[in-house]
Amino acid sequence: MKALVASFASGVVFALGLGIAGMTQPAKIVNFLDFAGTWDPSLAFVMIGAIPVYFLCYRMALRGRSPLFAPEFSVPKRNGVASELLLGSAIFGVGWGLGGFCPGPALTSLGSGATATVIFVAAMVAGMVLHKLTTSLRSRALPYTAAAVTDC
Amino acid sequence: MWRACFVAGLIAGGVALELLFPAKLQIGIVRSAGAMVVAGLAVGYGSRLANGCTSGHAVCGIGRLSIRSMAATATFMAAGAFTVYVVKHLFGGSV
Repeated sequence: MKALVASFASGVVFALGLGIAGMTQPAKIVNFLDFAGTWDPSLAFVMIGAIPVYFLCYRMALRGRSPLFAPEFSVPKRNGVASELLLGSAIFGVGWGLGGFCPGPALTSLGSGATATVIFVAAMVAGMVLHKLTTSLRSRALPYTAAAVTDC
Repeated sequence: MWRACFVAGLIAGGVALELLFPAKLQIGIVRSAGAMVVAGLAVGYGSRLANGCTSGHAVCGIGRLSIRSMAATATFMAAGAFTVYVVKHLFGGSV
């Protein structure tokens, strides 16, 4: 129960951070990516601010014996830049530039109840389901490739 | 189960933002429903295929000094900038 409350609280804190930073405003995202026009560099400071915080927290967390609410930390162990990493990132980037939302801010923005946001989130969930379906189809044909794709 | 609670917290935080600072959840760009469907599909499918998005790769991944995440971040920034260029400068800003 404590773990679930902590997860919920983390979600709330994350949402407030995204909102205060401006990540939940697609117009701001578009201007951040508009290097040839009205470039707004302010969102770069979100990364510049968040990365060192994560860097320190990550190191402090790994030094502790175990997480508070789980048997062990889930740390990505994959190495090497695979083609699906770059292809997936390119597809993600197109969607991010077109809609102005990435997953966390899109879910946060459901709070506004705006039709365009609801459409985006529904399509985003459909895209995730589509990935799951195509991965399980591929796993029947090529068991080794699919195993590499699904461990996250 | 904890993931569902995290998402619930994210949405609850969004509701709080809407009540306290509604300007923070303004869309501010003109996009048709069709464009939002394409964008959402791409974000959902792409972030799953790449095993991460702006949070997972740009913040947590680079924070772990992961080469994979740096490559992913450079790729989606470039793809995003290209898309914005096409939409804003070739299609006049509304699609």
